[in-house]
Amino acid sequence: MATALCTLGLIAVGGLVTSHGVGMSVPDWPTSYGYNMFALPVSMWLTGGVFHEHTHRLWATLVGVLVVALTRWVGGRPARRSLAIIGVGELAGGQLLLLLGPDWKGAGHFLSGIGGVVLLAAVVWVRNAPSQAPLPKLAWTAFWLVQVQGLLGGLRVVLDAQVFAGTRLGVWLGVLHGCLAQAFLVLTALIALLTSRGWTSGDWAACLKPVGGRLFNGLILTTGLIGLQLVLGATMRHQHAGLAIPDFPLAYGRVWPDLSAEAVARYNQQRIETLAANPITGVQVALQMAHRILAVAIVGSVVWCGVRVRAALPQGHALRRLAGLWVGLIAVQFGLGAWTIWSNKAADIASLHVVCGALSLVTGGLLCAISARLRQVAASQPEAAATPLTHGLRPNEAGLMAHR
Amino acid sequence: MTTKTIVVVAAVSLLAFGAVAGDITGKITLKGTPPPEKPIAPLKGDPNCGKLVAEAPMTTFYVVDASGGLADTVVLLKGVEGKSTGASAPAQVIDQKGCLYVPNIVAVQTGQKIIVKNSDPVLHNVHATPTVAGNEEKNLAQMPGGADLELSFAKPEDFLRFKCDVHPWMFSWVTVVDHPYFALSGKDGTFKIANVPPGKYTLVAKHRKAGEASQEIEVTDAGATANLTLELK
Ligand SMILES: [Cu+2]
Repeated sequence: MATALCTLGLIAVGGLVTSHGVGMSVPDWPTSYGYNMFALPVSMWLTGGVFHEHTHRLWATLVGVLVVALTRWVGGRPARRSLAIIGVGELAGGQLLLLLGPDWKGAGHFLSGIGGVVLLAAVVWVRNAPSQAPLPKLAWTAFWLVQVQGLLGGLRVVLDAQVFAGTRLGVWLGVLHGCLAQAFLVLTALIALLTSRGWTSGDWAACLKPVGGRLFNGLILTTGLIGLQLVLGATMRHQHAGLAIPDFPLAYGRVWPDLSAEAVARYNQQRIETLAANPITGVQVALQMAHRILAVAIVGSVVWCGVRVRAALPQGHALRRLAGLWVGLIAVQFGLGAWTIWSNKAADIASLHVVCGALSLVTGGLLCAISARLRQVAASQPEAAATPLTHGLRPNEAGLMAHR
Repeated sequence: MTTKTIVVVAAVSLLAFGAVAGDITGKITLKGTPPPEKPIAPLKGDPNCGKLVAEAPMTTFYVVDASGGLADTVVLLKGVEGKSTGASAPAQVIDQKGCLYVPNIVAVQTGQKIIVKNSDPVLHNVHATPTVAGNEEKNLAQMPGGADLELSFAKPEDFLRFKCDVHPWMFSWVTVVDHPYFALSGKDGTFKIANVPPGKYTLVAKHRKAGEASQEIEVTDAGATANLTLELK
């Protein structure tokens, strides 16, 4: 749970980094201005964009350490051997990279650092048993994901200038880094849910009320749409072109903007941007329109899901409350999106939009997981499904709220 | 005055003024109403930079005088190649002052030295981001009172972007030209390209926001005059 919360904070700082356009304000990695990451003088840390980027790096380290600890805890005693092997392997690999020459110095230090932490986790001698079935697997996925994510973040800085498919590699890696962050957050939230008291000791049979197939598919589809929307959003953020369309709900004063080359040239002539200096392209305008249309579709389907859940489940049911929260989040998210445009992409509001988007995705993921579990239990105990519900999923709900 | 001296003076004058070169002069005019400039609010909001200015400075995308004269337009001859004298040209200085690049529109030759200064009591990060192959990207931190940075670029490029990643509103746009026949228009929109060898040329005016215009011209010993208009659609 601490991991999930920290990840959310990390995404917030990451959002601030891109919102302020300061991703490259610390041009080297994993060192910061040649300093060891943990020894950067405070006076430099507090300088402009350096603050956001450097905080993001420190925070990411904390999340990484937490994930390793989580893997050790959830994986139980058997995880020690794997962790030891991986730790030693990474330490050795890191040292090997250091020997390869200065070009590999960054990756070498990075790998050695992780290896050290992993090895440390393996040394912890607590003989706890591994958690239930899918958990160790999820934790190991998070374990690898967090390392790939850290590496991507570093490469995004180091390889920024390389060009791939006509776009700077920094943009591609940045988008990937942003999307993976969201996937990672959902994963940690799932782990938090599955380890919560409500999930493990909750009386599932007592609150049985199967979620209908159509509703279940709707939940999955809607969560998928939100995921897609986040990919669109990440792509727009990392192009650093500012607002591709300055007005809302209209687009350049029309329902559908003119995307001809002359029109785009005209848009650029009229743009007075203080931060994002890249000229906009027709593709970016189209992308922004897709983001708006998808937003409307998502609001529609989330509301549909909310109404269906309300109709299907009794008051006080955890799932019903969570669905209510989801509707609220999406409404806030829609408003934040519009506000981002009206505020001419004020950094704080744009970052809030990112965080709220991540929360919406997580809520969708949790809804899917809980209803999948309900359906599973219902399928194994068909007669219980018919019993009317008298009370909700109290403990489970407590677990969910604590996650918030 | 000896005969010898007279001969030398005559020879030098011939080299300098005879059949050698003329100046191209003219004015760049903006047609249409530019969008209003905006205050650079994040600068004033920054804890370090905000202290350096009384109020947020305005953007300077369109610097236009009452007669429509457009400043910061790069005017150059098209199709002249490999004539760079950049290696011997005096260095172009770009200062970082009040958390802005000064000037923010610059034109230099290939191989010409660009010196970047930091006059601020603030850390800056000089990040040159060329897009033309052969021009090298540079990302250099510059401490307050730090040594001047020196850069140069090998290939011609329009509006090569310098940015500061610490202060994301800081930009300078450096146009790199392969020959010495270019100028930047001044506050009244006028420009002068000196010592152009006589001949027929295409003269191009490029403004980062307003776009381009071009004109065929013929330069004689007496020089040439050309007025170009950039239009806002
Ligand atoms: Cu700066």
